[in-house]
Amino acid sequence: MVRFITRRVLVGVATIIAISIIVFGLFFAVPSSPAKVMCGKNCDPAQIAAVETRLGIREPITTQYTKFMKGIFVGRTYAKGTDFEQRCDAPCLGYSFRNNEPVTAILSRTVPVTISIVAGAAVVWLLIGISLGMISALRRGTLFDKVAIGISLTGASMQVYFFGLILLYVLVYLTHLLPFPSYTPITQNPAQWALGLVLPWLTLGFLNSAIYARLSRAQMLETLSEDYVRTARAKGLPLRRVYTKHALRAAITPIVTIAGLDIGASLGGTFITETIFGFRGLGKETVDAVNFLNLPIVVATVLLAAVFIIVANLIVDVLYAVIDPRVRLS
Amino acid sequence: MTAPTSAPQTPATADTGAYLRVNDLRVHFPTEDGVVKAVEGVSFSVERGKTLGIVGESGSGKSVTSLTIMGLHNTKRARISGEILVGGRNVVGMSEEQTRRLRGRDMSMIFQDPLSALHPYFKVGAQIAEAFQVHHPKASKAEARKRAVDMLGRVGIPQPARRADQYPHEFSGGMRQRAMIAMALVNDPDLLIADEPTTALDVTVQAQILDLLEDLQSEFNSAIIMITHDLGVVAQVADDVLVMYGGRQVEFGSVEQVMRRPQHPYTWGLLASVPSLHGDAEADLVPIKGNPPSLINLPTGCAFHPRCRYAGRNGDRSFTEVPELHQVQERGHLVACHLSEADRKKFYAEDIAPSAGVAQ
Repeated sequence: MVRFITRRVLVGVATIIAISIIVFGLFFAVPSSPAKVMCGKNCDPAQIAAVETRLGIREPITTQYTKFMKGIFVGRTYAKGTDFEQRCDAPCLGYSFRNNEPVTAILSRTVPVTISIVAGAAVVWLLIGISLGMISALRRGTLFDKVAIGISLTGASMQVYFFGLILLYVLVYLTHLLPFPSYTPITQNPAQWALGLVLPWLTLGFLNSAIYARLSRAQMLETLSEDYVRTARAKGLPLRRVYTKHALRAAITPIVTIAGLDIGASLGGTFITETIFGFRGLGKETVDAVNFLNLPIVVATVLLAAVFIIVANLIVDVLYAVIDPRVRLS
Repeated sequence: MTAPTSAPQTPATADTGAYLRVNDLRVHFPTEDGVVKAVEGVSFSVERGKTLGIVGESGSGKSVTSLTIMGLHNTKRARISGEILVGGRNVVGMSEEQTRRLRGRDMSMIFQDPLSALHPYFKVGAQIAEAFQVHHPKASKAEARKRAVDMLGRVGIPQPARRADQYPHEFSGGMRQRAMIAMALVNDPDLLIADEPTTALDVTVQAQILDLLEDLQSEFNSAIIMITHDLGVVAQVADDVLVMYGGRQVEFGSVEQVMRRPQHPYTWGLLASVPSLHGDAEADLVPIKGNPPSLINLPTGCAFHPRCRYAGRNGDRSFTEVPELHQVQERGHLVACHLSEADRKKFYAEDIAPSAGVAQ
């Protein structure tokens, strides 16, 4: 088990390094010079050169990459020995081109927003989706099954910006059941944090739950026809025990994989949800940064999203080995 | 044991006679294409300590019969009629909860492929202990585990305490089937149904498993139904043999009667398709031509007639009239065939006996 995890961690680290190289390479593949972007329209070559020195982008790309990576772990000093000298402590991800704000500060402001949205939404979609799917499978062909599958088909074919706005209209403007969505840090006021996030949780949660309902229904139906489920019944186990212990355990395995990847990917940003409810999360920050060619932020957010996915993958692998003893051997 | 109220006309079977008595069992599955008549009017009985072999091709209704006895069919989708008396209690029409209490305790089952029949995610010992605990709710976890380890030892698994903590995929095929048997016998059931228990195993392991079942039967004195398509298995372990075709029983008798003096052309076909160690090594096996019939559109008359080389020897009864099971000269030997007994003797002696495998 330890060897299994070690191997997966090493693979994960290697993947992150590879992604960092690619992202950093893209930094230079963009046709426009960051210095020009920063300096504005009426810039003379001397000013551009000064900005380039300050950003440290006059050095060869390999040096820049090492300095960038070094910055993350031990910090770095920009434009050493010049008038623009600026110390950036670890973990240093550079400064925003727009307002010179440290990227780490931007991330620590936006990441909690996205994590809050995704965490709550994931609870909603897993709870609703899996239970709906499982019950549908156990009552295959009944009215419940048909209604549940109908709803999930509707959900799967809807979009966040459509369903979210309907919820916003009904729950906030029409019935005043909820306040307008807003973000309050959980450390400040947990109740207000939750209340302000209910709407995005419901929106994202419901739409994703549709996929999970269909997936878990299919998985459960497949598992119910397995021989070992018949064996469990032949032993004289009560049906409830057969379903909750023997069938569920096997049916849930592939769902864990997909849930892990989905959550990991969502943590990289839920741009549409953040935008329609006016949250400044990682997704919105990234899209804005791309529009403004704010490269330090783009590099940092892309790297962070990759880390989220890789960590989620690692957790899934470990969970998989915990659930399925056959995985531990290979 | 209280007497069954639903079957007053049946002689009491609680203590004397057969432990399992099946009377005119019919199992139909309505589907969109029509009604699948999986089992049509099957009757048989098994005593404690005896083994009944049920033989037939796939789709002959043998597995459906066994699953119906265990009450494992969805009663909403299967239409079941007739009587299945297990220790005098009629299982047909019983509630799920009532049959559940019988399953695993009074009657249990061994399945064909032990790898898929054991849960891949749970330890072997835990799976056996669970089977014990569900019928002994007062037993502690430690007691159940001890019982599981005991059972693993009794079915011949070395180092049972260590093996109990392993998963099914860490067992070999034969060991897995032994574990499956241990699980089936953990509550001393009176009836054990073995559904092709050796089909998925190596030939060398097959004999071991059959020996084990025989040993355990003399120890536990349970009634065994051995479902198989392998006449060699039947010859080795069965006391009585029931041959099924197209959901109906076509021949019934003691193993001696059915193996040595088979009466039904289908049984002849089964025997002729078994290789013999004593016959001519160059001689080809004689397969039964054609395929098993569709259970939705059974051939009219005798369901076997499209594949029977003797069909039509007796007027057109083979094509129009379903043959009834009737006794031949010898007591206890039943056959459902339109041929006259003299004809059957003649055809068997001339065409089949010289090449049939198992009978020698």
